[in-house]
Amino acid sequence: MNFTFSKRARTISIALMAIGAAATVIGILGDHTDHHQRTWANLFVNGFFFFGIALGTLFFYALQNATETAWSVMVKRVYEGILGFLPIGAGVVVLCLAAGSLGLHHIWHWMDPRVTDPTNAEHYDALIAGKSAFLNLPFFWVRTIAYMATFILFARWFRKQSLALDELSGEALVKRHLLMYRRGALFLVLFAVFSSILAWDWLMSIDAHWFSTLFGWYVFSGMWVSAMVTAVVLVLYLRRKGYMPQVNNSHVHDMGKWVFAISFLWSYLWFSQFMLIWYANIPEEVTWFQSRIDHHPGLLWTMFFINFAVPMVLLMSRDAKRNPRFLIGVGAVIIVGHWLDVLQIVMPGALGHHFHGVGLLEVGMFLLFLGLLIHTVLTTLTKAPLTPVQHPYLEEAVHHSI
Amino acid sequence: MANKVVYAVYDDPEVLKGAARTLVGAGVKVRDVFSPFPVHGLDPIIGVKRTRLAIASFMYGMTGLALSMLGFWYFMIYDWPMNIGGKPSFTLYQNLPAFIPVAFEFTVFCAAHGMAITYLIRNKTLPGMPARNPDPRSTDDKFIMEVRTEDNHLGAEAIVGLLRGTPVLEINERER
Repeated sequence: MNFTFSKRARTISIALMAIGAAATVIGILGDHTDHHQRTWANLFVNGFFFFGIALGTLFFYALQNATETAWSVMVKRVYEGILGFLPIGAGVVVLCLAAGSLGLHHIWHWMDPRVTDPTNAEHYDALIAGKSAFLNLPFFWVRTIAYMATFILFARWFRKQSLALDELSGEALVKRHLLMYRRGALFLVLFAVFSSILAWDWLMSIDAHWFSTLFGWYVFSGMWVSAMVTAVVLVLYLRRKGYMPQVNNSHVHDMGKWVFAISFLWSYLWFSQFMLIWYANIPEEVTWFQSRIDHHPGLLWTMFFINFAVPMVLLMSRDAKRNPRFLIGVGAVIIVGHWLDVLQIVMPGALGHHFHGVGLLEVGMFLLFLGLLIHTVLTTLTKAPLTPVQHPYLEEAVHHSI
Repeated sequence: MANKVVYAVYDDPEVLKGAARTLVGAGVKVRDVFSPFPVHGLDPIIGVKRTRLAIASFMYGMTGLALSMLGFWYFMIYDWPMNIGGKPSFTLYQNLPAFIPVAFEFTVFCAAHGMAITYLIRNKTLPGMPARNPDPRSTDDKFIMEVRTEDNHLGAEAIVGLLRGTPVLEINERER
C-alpha cells in the first residue's frame, strides 16, 4: 500500500515551516551579533541536528542490513523515508561550513588564517597553530566532502537496492539481499571512523582549544537516539492512519526498546566524559564544561534530565513501550531534549557571552526545520509501497512476536 | 472421587501448542507444561499470567541504589570525610559524580542477584531442591502437558477422551 500525503499533514508541515520562517525572520532582525553569528549558529544547530536524525537512521539502516535483522524489515521503508532528508541536511551543514571558511562568520575561529600566522601578534593563537596539521582548511574540506559523499552515495544505493528487491524473487532476491548485507557491514566500518571525526571537525573544533576523545561517541549516540525516536513516531503515525496494518505491538515494542537503550548509551557516554574531566580537574580539559556549568547550568541540566531521566523512568516498563500515545509523547520530549543538547554543544562556543538561551530565533529555526523534515520525509514515503513487497525475511518480520 | 492428574506426552512443540489450543477451546484448564526448552507463544494459550519478576527486579534495584547512597554518605561524608584529589568532601551532593559509577554497579548487583534468587525460589529450583518434573523425558525431547481433575469440571475419562483426539504419543494417569 502506498502512502498518500494527506492534505491535513501537508497543511501542518507547511504551516510549521511558515510559522518557523516568520519567527526566524523576526529573530534575524533582532540579531545584533557580529556577522549575524547567532543566525549562522542557529542554522548550523538545526542543520546538524536534523542531518543527525537522517545520519543516525542511515547508520541504523546499515546495521539492520549487516545483522540481517528480520523484524525491522517491516518498517524499513520508514527509515528510507527519513533518509530522504539526508541531502538537505548535508546541504545546510556544508553551507554553514563554507560560509565559515569564507569568513562570513566566525563560529569556527580556527578557520581564520590570522590565528595560525606567527607574524600576526594580535591574533596568533599558539594552541590552534599547534593543531593546524589537522585543523587546516584544505584537509578539513577533503574530510567533509569525503563524509558527505560517502553518506549520500550509500543512502542512495541502499534505497535503490531496497526498491530493486521488490521486483526480485528466488535466488536473485537472496543474492541481492546478501549484497546489501555486505555493503551494510562496509558502511559500518566507514561510519565508525567518520562519525567520530566529523564530530571533532564540526562540533568540537568550535571550541578549538578543548579536546575530548569521547566526544565523537557522545555526538553519535545523540544522533542515533534522535533517529530512533523519529522512526518510531513516524511508524505510530502511519499505523494510526491505517497504512501499516502488519506492524504489530511487538514491532513498536522493539522500536521503543531502541529509544530506551540508546538514551542510556547517550547518558552513559555523556556522563563518562563529564566525570573523567570533573575528577581529573585539569584546566585545559574543564574549560568546555566550565563555560556551560557556569553560564548555562539551566540549559545543561535540563537537557541532561530530559535525555536521561525521562526515558529511564517513563519507558522502563513493557506497557509504556507498547502504548502508542505514550510513546509519541515521550518521543516528542526526547527529541526536544536532544535538540537542546546540540544547542548547548554549539552555542556557548559559537556565541560566547552573546548566547542567552532559547529565544524566538532558536524556536523559529527549529520549527522551520521540523516542518521541512516532516514534508520531505512524508513526500519520500509516498514514492514506494510502505510494506516491502519482497524480502527474504519478510515472512519472519510479519510474524514478529515478543 | 480421588483427584487425578493426567500427563499427555508430545514430541513436538507446535503439535503440543495445537493440542493445548484444542483442550482450552473445549474449556479444559491446563495446569502446566514441562518442556526441554521454553515454547514460544505457549503462555497465552494455557493462560499463564505475565511474570512480575520485572517489578521485583526494579524494587531490588531501587533498594541497591538507596543502600549505596546511604553507604557513601556514611562512609565518605559523615563518619570519615575523605579528601581524594582535592575534591570537596563534605557534602554528598558535591561528591556525587564520583559515586555514580559505584551506585550504578551496586544497583545492578542488587537487581540481578535479587532477581536470580527470587526466580530460583519462585520456581522451587534452588540448588539441592528435588526435581518436580513428572517425567525425566521432559528434559530430553518430550513435551508433557499436565491436566488435573481438581482444576476442571470434567472427569479423568473425559479429559483423556479429549486428549486422544490430539496427536498425542502416550497418556499417563496418576492419583494425587
